[in-house]
Amino acid sequence: MAFRAAVITFPGSNCDRDMATALEATSGTAAIRVWHADADLPERLDLIALPGGFSYGDYLRSGAMAANSPIMRAVIAAAERGVPVLGVCNGFQVLTEARLLPGALLRNAGQRFVCRTVDLTVANTTSPFTSGFSAGETIRIPVAHHDGNYYADTETLDMLEGEGRVAFRYAASCNGSARDIAGVLSANGRVLGMMPHPERAIEDAAVPALGGADGRRLFENILASFATA
Amino acid sequence: MQVRVLVRLKPGVLDPQGRAVHHALEGMGFEGVADVRIGRLIELDLADGTDDAAIRQMCEKLLANTVIESFTIESIG
Repeated sequence: MAFRAAVITFPGSNCDRDMATALEATSGTAAIRVWHADADLPERLDLIALPGGFSYGDYLRSGAMAANSPIMRAVIAAAERGVPVLGVCNGFQVLTEARLLPGALLRNAGQRFVCRTVDLTVANTTSPFTSGFSAGETIRIPVAHHDGNYYADTETLDMLEGEGRVAFRYAASCNGSARDIAGVLSANGRVLGMMPHPERAIEDAAVPALGGADGRRLFENILASFATA
Repeated sequence: MQVRVLVRLKPGVLDPQGRAVHHALEGMGFEGVADVRIGRLIELDLADGTDDAAIRQMCEKLLANTVIESFTIESIG
């Protein structure tokens, strides 16, 4: 059966097309595009992707308005049924605002927008998103954000680490995130939020600085877990 | 009726904007500034008789993110 992925577009999303392209490039099937005002998701989804961007112009707080848009009620219900959900950058902010993931993303500690390719250390290898990575492996994925400074109280951070729910860490401090956390998983491991953009690293380029395929592996991990499900 | 909601970062949550403004004030020569914290003021014009529980829900569900922020509600007429 073909892999069925949906990409949600909010007003102000700007990485939705990149996400759809990455999903089609890795799965061979076009992703279904869903608008934020829709009340229902397509049936039998294998993945829901919340893309990067500046939904609702980052009004109030990054992701706050999108988290309360009509489609998010359906996304929350699907997540509760166990449908995998991937939120990247603004998508991660939406997932925390919707309380599908703990914590919050504050303004970068250095106040500056950070836009470069960073080294990430893989901290979890058991989720559908990370199962093909090796523990402690370094992967290179681009970041581009102003509000990526992950915050949670000490008790929550200890819980996330204790339960193996930190998916990725920045190998070197990037934005002030608590314990250098770059991505976190839900308790059942089926919701991943991450600030770095795997959809921007799906093929190598002639100039190494302009490409990279480590992000492609994350999508291949999802497909592999789909194939064995 | 009008209500004023003040949303603040909780104590202990880093406020990079506040810190930058603090440094700017010091750079301008103002002395004795111990700390700067930036919050958000939201004024709501509501139907008369809107109950407190409904206003609290507005704050908890949207106006503030209680993971990082606290809020106070004040009636202003």
